[in-house]
Amino acid sequence: MSSSRVIQGAATRHPSTGLVHQHVIDEEIAEHRRAYEAAGADELQPRRDYAPYRSSLLRHPTKDLHHADPEGVELWAPCFGERDVDPLESDLTIQGGGEPIGERMVVTGRVLDGDGRPVRHQLAEVWQANAGGRYVHKRDQHPAPLDPNFTGVGRCITDDQGRYRFTTIKPGPYPWRNHHNAWRPAHIHFSLFGTDFTQRLVTQMYFPGDPLFALDPIYQSIVDPRARERLVATYDHDLTQHEWATGYRWDVVLTGSHRTPLEGDLDVERSEDEEAGR
Amino acid sequence: MTLTTTGAAAALPPTPGQTVGPFFHYALPYDGDRQLVAPGIPGALLLHGTVTDGSGLPVRDALVEIWQADPAGHVVQRHGSLRRDGHAFTGFGRCSTDRTGRYAFTTLRPGSVEGGLPFFAVAVFARGLMHRLFTRAYLPLDGAEPDALLRSAGDRSGTLLCVDDEDGLRFDIALQGERETVFLAHPRAGR
Repeated sequence: MSSSRVIQGAATRHPSTGLVHQHVIDEEIAEHRRAYEAAGADELQPRRDYAPYRSSLLRHPTKDLHHADPEGVELWAPCFGERDVDPLESDLTIQGGGEPIGERMVVTGRVLDGDGRPVRHQLAEVWQANAGGRYVHKRDQHPAPLDPNFTGVGRCITDDQGRYRFTTIKPGPYPWRNHHNAWRPAHIHFSLFGTDFTQRLVTQMYFPGDPLFALDPIYQSIVDPRARERLVATYDHDLTQHEWATGYRWDVVLTGSHRTPLEGDLDVERSEDEEAGR
Repeated sequence: MTLTTTGAAAALPPTPGQTVGPFFHYALPYDGDRQLVAPGIPGALLLHGTVTDGSGLPVRDALVEIWQADPAGHVVQRHGSLRRDGHAFTGFGRCSTDRTGRYAFTTLRPGSVEGGLPFFAVAVFARGLMHRLFTRAYLPLDGAEPDALLRSAGDRSGTLLCVDDEDGLRFDIALQGERETVFLAHPRAGR
């Protein structure tokens, strides 16, 4: 496995913060991109060994992942239901005593497995910063206001079609100390389960047209541009609600299931006529 | 009616992962997340260990999940992992590491599923870790023959085994370093 090169040198650091400048990170990102293009193999997942994201240096495995055929409990996933999640938990704007500040929006989409089957009745969890880019976390010391009416946490269970739906507030970008003047593009964290434990996924949903994309080493750790764009939601005007909320759509694909699918697992799409004639 | 897919031929590329970040603590942990059973009930045991990085230092912002069979080797399919009623054993647990990098679950000893060696399926998340890692925490072999995975892991197979200690079962997770844990890739996972 290749080891990432960290560009060094005193002139590369900001005199007061001691952190490297954005241009240093940009050069490292470009180097990964060149190496990826030269290798010519598709990479669908982020690089765990990605030095532009400094926290990955001591936290990525140095040995190749060991191939294992899933067995026993790995072929199943924990299941969640009404007992676990209250339907009100999918509305992040009603958890406080009043209306949270910011752009109200609806985020919805489908969770599918790698064969296109909907992931039904499984848990989707989200967390995010508020409109000012602040998390409700004691270690988040970004001097932006906390919003007493916004905790930034939501959960739901996907429906019969694998759909999730959250009502929330658009998160703001926020600074972090990866390098000098580092800012994360606005994003919502998603935690998802499939029908096998091997499908477990934690990821982030981003918003279209964010000017911070090219500068962000976490987003750029996915070196393939098409794979990276799969994390960007689509603005959907039909989902947008008059005088109420903007609408974003984002689908998630987990890996393929290893279990033999049952007939009822197949994704069946009905036309509108058939829907009407039911 | 249209079937949108008929199988692996129509395989969709999986959505990439991203780090859980440092601020998941108010979202993912929940009351009872690490207590698959109440402490002190007959058969309850502690599964615990430390998550360390490449310099051997504790990882204070990791999240460890386990998923396991019940003591009879049944894969439980019951709701209630998030709102525990104190009786139902669901087989799922989640624990964030503390300031010393330690996680601990109160649970039951998993049984053998269809004749395989008993193990806890483990997923690890952390700030700095772009995409989750999977591993297995096997019960001590106690004379049992290693299975195909343990054999194929060779001299690193010890990192997949729990060890008995005075508190219960210990399973340390090293993201990097001399005793780097064997992490697993499953077919169909994409690259």
